[in-house]
Amino acid sequence: MEIQTFEHDVLVIGAGGAGMRAAIEAADAGCSVGLVCKSLLGKAHTVMAEGGIAASLGNVDDRDGWKVHFADTMRGGQYVNNWRMAELHAKEAPTRVRELEQWGAVFDRTKDGKILQRNFGGHRYPRLAHVGDRTGLEIIRTLQDHSVHKSQIAVYMECCITKLIKDGERVVGAFGYYREKGRFVLFKAKSVIIATGGLGRAFEVTSNSWEYTGDGYSLAYNAGAELLDMEFIQFHPTGMVWPPSVRGILVTEGVRGEGGVLRNKDGKRFMFDDIPENYRNQTAKDPEEGWRYTQGDKTAMRPPELLTRDHVARCINREVKAGRGSPHGGVFLDIAWIKERVPNAREHIKKKLPSMYHQFMELGGLDITTTAMEVGPTTHYTMGGVRVDGDTQMSCVPGLFAAGEAGAGLHGANRLGGNSLSDLLVFGKRAGEHAAKYAKEQKHGWIDEAEVKASMEWALHFMDAPKGDENPYKVQQDLQKMMQAQVGIVRKEDEMRTALEEITKLKARAVAVQAPANREYNPGWHTCMDLSNLLIVSEALTKCAIERKESRGAQFREDYQEKSKEFGNCNMIIKKGIDGQMQLRREPVTPLTDELKAIIDEQAK
Amino acid sequence: MSTAVGDAAPHQRTFKVWRGDKTGGKMVDYTAEITPGMVVLDAIHQIQATQASDLACRWNCKAGKCGSCSAEINGKPRLMCLTRMEALPEGDVTVQPMKAFPNIRDLVTDVSWNYTVNKKITKFTPANPGTRFVAEDGTFRMQQRDVERTQEMRKCIECFLCQDTCHVIRDHEKHEVFSGPRFFARAASLEMHPVDVADREPFLKNEGGIGFCNITKCCTEVCPEHITITDNAIIPLKERIADRYYDPVTMLWRWVTGADKKDG
Repeated sequence: MEIQTFEHDVLVIGAGGAGMRAAIEAADAGCSVGLVCKSLLGKAHTVMAEGGIAASLGNVDDRDGWKVHFADTMRGGQYVNNWRMAELHAKEAPTRVRELEQWGAVFDRTKDGKILQRNFGGHRYPRLAHVGDRTGLEIIRTLQDHSVHKSQIAVYMECCITKLIKDGERVVGAFGYYREKGRFVLFKAKSVIIATGGLGRAFEVTSNSWEYTGDGYSLAYNAGAELLDMEFIQFHPTGMVWPPSVRGILVTEGVRGEGGVLRNKDGKRFMFDDIPENYRNQTAKDPEEGWRYTQGDKTAMRPPELLTRDHVARCINREVKAGRGSPHGGVFLDIAWIKERVPNAREHIKKKLPSMYHQFMELGGLDITTTAMEVGPTTHYTMGGVRVDGDTQMSCVPGLFAAGEAGAGLHGANRLGGNSLSDLLVFGKRAGEHAAKYAKEQKHGWIDEAEVKASMEWALHFMDAPKGDENPYKVQQDLQKMMQAQVGIVRKEDEMRTALEEITKLKARAVAVQAPANREYNPGWHTCMDLSNLLIVSEALTKCAIERKESRGAQFREDYQEKSKEFGNCNMIIKKGIDGQMQLRREPVTPLTDELKAIIDEQAK
Repeated sequence: MSTAVGDAAPHQRTFKVWRGDKTGGKMVDYTAEITPGMVVLDAIHQIQATQASDLACRWNCKAGKCGSCSAEINGKPRLMCLTRMEALPEGDVTVQPMKAFPNIRDLVTDVSWNYTVNKKITKFTPANPGTRFVAEDGTFRMQQRDVERTQEMRKCIECFLCQDTCHVIRDHEKHEVFSGPRFFARAASLEMHPVDVADREPFLKNEGGIGFCNITKCCTEVCPEHITITDNAIIPLKERIADRYYDPVTMLWRWVTGADKKDG
């Protein structure tokens, strides 16, 4: 069977913000670059980012600077972050944003004509450069339009990589297929960058699209790379729950910022019932004070609806489990109530929350100015990922790099809003730069034809004569339901042990999934192959979550509800053993330098 | 305006979905169970998961932000993820691929032509530091009102529905000499950027073929982002080109001075 072969210095897998930024950098360094994307160019999940990109430009509040941003990021990540990445990110984000403007991005403006910045959770000063509520689209289109003029970049659209090829220890290529015709393709490359995003599709309720099946984590793992802190999955507290077709789509934090309150089916504002001790001094004593905070009263404390994302998500979950939820399994988010306080509330809400008004009107047929929304937590982001060197983004496998959501370390146990878009640019650039540098020092490696043949046969075997009657969509749905129930927002050891057993059963079923024998654009066949990635990442994150016997950031353990000093100094590392089994070990967090520790102490005052 | 999504009992609807490839195909009937609030893309997914696992369609965000799931629903170019079942008239629902592009399989079409056209548009080219909108340090100084027109055009999600509906492409197949509304919008976003100094008017007049557009506004009507492509992109660009190339006084001046194409 014919296999198309291409040669590049650098191969970038994934063409969202991180992948495209990496490709541009490697091309500018004089390398030939292959840019592979699972969908069409410009459709990656980066387009979904709304709020903005965090960078301490200091355009709105000149007290901001990299040190403040660094400290905010470490606090948000609860100090299990890779501090070097947090440092580089805070220092370089402003340059990356200004560079984007030079490439044609059109951010909203301040009165004196500079890039406007807005407030966001966990950021001390207004820091998010933005374009209304479509910042991600602006970034992806800017990078796309900038890169299409570079002749060194060859784009391979609707192409999916299923295996990395190694020569000894080094990664020297990748094997995959074109979705369009089902033809196979082999890329020979001196270095490979993984920029494939996250794994949201391992869960039933998610804001992620079909593509996010953990491909990059799985490719890297199978190539011998280490995965870091896979247990930290961010569940955003407010996604739509009704109607069913829009379940999981985000409802911005801004609704609560404008005075929206959470209630259960009895009309009770349940968030007042559970305020963590360490936040009590910073939280409103009663609804009246909370309301004043949302209206800009600097003497008032924030309402409990604006506590951290992980806490709010758990409280919502508790209400639903206790049978106090809304008719469709969420709770009520009510902004309409402000008509008691605000004259002409209807116009006020439409002006402050235009996209939310339209989202609910168009997809839910619900007028948020008169009716409460139904919301619930939705799987949003993977803080864990491929373990990389903070400076170069190279994994422990020579020639294999990772950036963006696929990489790990910057966000620790929890990511701040706005730090994802800046992550893509800062570390996409760094990955491109260092992958190019590495490529220039290498010759193309040897490709083992037998390995390529085996990869091809594996792909084709899903279309062989029937082995059973397993439907790939059904196995995927069963996995998603199981992970949602057993390894979701609230975790317990016995449930997660059950999950591991279920994963073993699902793996057996996944071997027998079947697709019609048609190579051309056959989504059933593609789902068969994606399944193996989903199962690997599900196992990895479940194992890490069991091992971390504490609650920290995005991980909440019902059986270990407090933070522990022991685990606060630990990262979880997953690696494929020589026997092919998944191995987990703990490693101490690399200690901060004295200089950075002093910055954190200074900012905590 | 939409109606509220209630808990109405599920019911069945028949979907006539085009199945085939570039060599031909036919409409195939499927039945999907319609639950409250469902959009056409949900029905296609349901058919995939239960009746035809190899039914080809593109999709990503499922929230009208990525522009992947373009199709022709009951003959009209629309995003499947934003077309609610309640909004369609009773009876069978037809779902077909975009007509203006070659078919690959089922609902998936070959839109690569659009990416080729995009490469022909001169990229953003900023003015030097120390000019009207650029500070000495190279950062831009633009007022919000200066960038609003550009920002409107940059809302484009590249669903290519405007290209699909445009009769110059769809019926007259002028792909070789006409870049289409999507790329007039892109060109406009650059031409209207306060800092940009490149000149795309010769391209628009010649290779871009903007003269073929006779302002039927079909593109504006189908745009899911509600970009006023005709009024705010195409007409202003056409006016600039008319002033530059066809205004008698300008033509005489250019002839006398021998001014190159750069000034306008």
